[in-house]
Amino acid sequence: MDMPTPNPDLLAQKPKLVAQLRAVLPSDAVTDAPEEVRAYECDALTAYRCAPLVAVLPSTTEEVAAILRICHQMGVPVVPRGSGTSLAGGALPTADCVILGVARLREVIEINTSDRYIRVQTGMTNLSVTAAVESDGFFYAPDPSSQLACAIAGNIAMNSGGAHCLKYGVTTNNLLGVTLVLADGEVVEIGGAHMDAGGLDLLGVICGSEGQLGIVTEATLRILPKPEGARPVLIGFDSNEVAGACVADIIKSGLIPVAIEFMDRPIIRATESFAGAGYPDCEALLIVEVEGSPQEIADQLARITTIAKRHNPVEIRESQGPEESARIWLGRKSAFGAMGQMGDYICLDGTIPVGALPTVLKRIGELSEAAGHMVGNVFHAGDGNMHPLILFNANEPGQLESAEALGADILKLCVDVGGCLTGEHGVGVEKRDLMTHQFSPADLEAQMAVKDVFDPTWILNPAKVFPLAVSAGRRGAQ
Amino acid sequence: MSIMATVKDISCDSEAQLADMIRTGGPFVVKGGGTSRIGLAEGDRLRWTCAQFDYDPGALTLVVSAGMSVDAVSERLAAEHQRLAFEPPDLGPLLGRDGARSIGGMVATNASGPRRVAVGACRDACLGVRFVDGRGKIVKNGGRVMKNVTGLDLVKLMAGSQGTLGVLTEVSLKTQPIPETTATLIFEGQTEVEAVNTMSRALGTPFDITGAAHLRQVADGTPARTLLRLEGIESAVRYRVEALQQRLSDLGEAAVEWEAAQSEATWRAIRDVTRFVGVPGDVWRLSVTPSEAPGLVAAIAPLDVIYDWGGGRLWLLMSAGTDVRAKMGKGHATLVRASDETKRALGVFPPENRLVAQLSKGLRLKFDPEQKFNPGMMG
Repeated sequence: MDMPTPNPDLLAQKPKLVAQLRAVLPSDAVTDAPEEVRAYECDALTAYRCAPLVAVLPSTTEEVAAILRICHQMGVPVVPRGSGTSLAGGALPTADCVILGVARLREVIEINTSDRYIRVQTGMTNLSVTAAVESDGFFYAPDPSSQLACAIAGNIAMNSGGAHCLKYGVTTNNLLGVTLVLADGEVVEIGGAHMDAGGLDLLGVICGSEGQLGIVTEATLRILPKPEGARPVLIGFDSNEVAGACVADIIKSGLIPVAIEFMDRPIIRATESFAGAGYPDCEALLIVEVEGSPQEIADQLARITTIAKRHNPVEIRESQGPEESARIWLGRKSAFGAMGQMGDYICLDGTIPVGALPTVLKRIGELSEAAGHMVGNVFHAGDGNMHPLILFNANEPGQLESAEALGADILKLCVDVGGCLTGEHGVGVEKRDLMTHQFSPADLEAQMAVKDVFDPTWILNPAKVFPLAVSAGRRGAQ
Repeated sequence: MSIMATVKDISCDSEAQLADMIRTGGPFVVKGGGTSRIGLAEGDRLRWTCAQFDYDPGALTLVVSAGMSVDAVSERLAAEHQRLAFEPPDLGPLLGRDGARSIGGMVATNASGPRRVAVGACRDACLGVRFVDGRGKIVKNGGRVMKNVTGLDLVKLMAGSQGTLGVLTEVSLKTQPIPETTATLIFEGQTEVEAVNTMSRALGTPFDITGAAHLRQVADGTPARTLLRLEGIESAVRYRVEALQQRLSDLGEAAVEWEAAQSEATWRAIRDVTRFVGVPGDVWRLSVTPSEAPGLVAAIAPLDVIYDWGGGRLWLLMSAGTDVRAKMGKGHATLVRASDETKRALGVFPPENRLVAQLSKGLRLKFDPEQKFNPGMMG
């Protein structure tokens, strides 16, 4: 994976840059000592590291604007950082960049339960937004698995999803308005607490733009009433095809479960030896969760088990209470940990049309065998969002590279069956060089044209999303 | 001798041909079924007529040519007990236009009905697009899968762009199962302040309200009605109706409409603003926060009003030529039905702040550098 060569002129201008930043920020908000900026050298894609030139931690929108004015004027690239939980290298620095962290933007600005929204500064974590409205009986729906740590700014940048988006949608479906600081330091208000922003849907294009269009410092988020309760059922099958057909039948029946999770045999075995959730040893497991009152839950689960029984499952285990629910979820929730204990792993998130599931799993098995890397699959089956986990040994030379090559083959396969490279993690640097497999030159040109409008000199996170060769002319404009 | 500008009607069903025509012609008024255009623009009427259809009910997704009619799509979905969840309105009757709504027009206007309050707008159900931009380039974005964060989301940008960025040729949409039971709770005689309060309380319960609207009393004696819709499997709807009535018991007895056809007619009328069809006056569409709605309506004093989306969307019937924007605080107002003269004087689309206007203009110039599509329509 290549990154642009650091600009020697910018490296030489570090003292001037630091002096200017210190002039507009509190002294503890600027970090430039090499041993201290190393704290920002990577995000959750730890295979790639590079310390930034300077790190800044603004506390207000005005400070963010002042930082961007300086960087814009000096032509310094800015890499925005939420909590650094990106799995795609979205917050990976370059040696000549300023890392702009939003961790100090942590205020709740307004809660309005009668109009069902909350306005927050975007350094707040995903879970703390829910915590702020929980006592009123509300929650914030997108629930990425990093929700304890990840920041709303990063959620907006990556358009984060989660296990429950089959019913509640992803970030873009729950975002009503933002305060956005543009690359030149101008501050723009888009949308608000009302339901449609009007005019061109700028909010829609900002959400998921991976920090390339501006820095979101405040956001108005839709909040929803908490469901009365939720319970899962575990269903085991001796064939991936049959499990896939069962998922399609559940969806076609008219029920909308909040989650349908799928695990294949390698994952079932790994989690059993790791967590001992008591899963049956079978080819495929589904966890289907429904919400509502106790009676509604019982009725929905009864319908789901009736459908499942038509497909001759090897086991059906309906949760009768909180303890059993936790046990059913235990294996799924420890899947990453279980694989982590077996070795290093790469986690992908290619998405496929649900109907292509059996074909794709079969082909992943073949690719895995040929490459000599074990691959386990957990999968948000309701929406086709796969999570193949590729095992490798980081201490053995060449293993990371061959695991990455297998990952690239799997992602290309997802695109070839009508899916996409990434369903929720984002492109970052990890999938950047595969973009030409999914998009034509005209497709990429149209996307880059949007960045040209928001950030004409390409200082915001410039080495991400678009293959370097494709964006070279634009980044050269710096 | 006077020179009359002649406006052509152009139909096309091949992308390559469309791209060619766009490169060599223009300006164009991008036209779907011709039922919902509210902005003013002049040029050759360009219509994409391709009507292909690729539907996967088990994945709740649909890939469809923009030229296909909404009614034909709805029919095909209904055969699999599915539908477009966002309940796209048919504004043809309100605007006095004949014709069949097209998928392209629906997406270009982000047409969303009462269920928007629960399931999101048309743009939220849009998964992918293909379009031809103003330079004649064919662009695709998004895809046919429900979760996709690969690259910038131009799908949302195209939805609601009123045909000013490109001609949509194909869209992918999320579908939704049709629930087996629908019930509507009806409170009669509430004031508008009470009605918004009722709707907010209902929408704050965990009972998945999929429609919340309020209609004023009518001259024939029908009292003011506050309507709450519940949908789902039958046992769930029965439980929720009862639970909701309990939670709102201090508001008095609510009637319950259990007849699905009756509920459908009621909500369709709200969706299509049927109440204002054939009634003289301008029609405005406001997007506001619900709690501010009653005060705003009192200040504007319309001839009539429909509260939808729990009070978040207001349809106002106004005396011809009245500007409601002067009274607006937050939120915005769109002039949906008025004479061209009024539309020119007041503007159809809401004014934007300086930077939003600058960014929007920048985007239009990128996608349509020569301003060939619906020139001047959105600003």
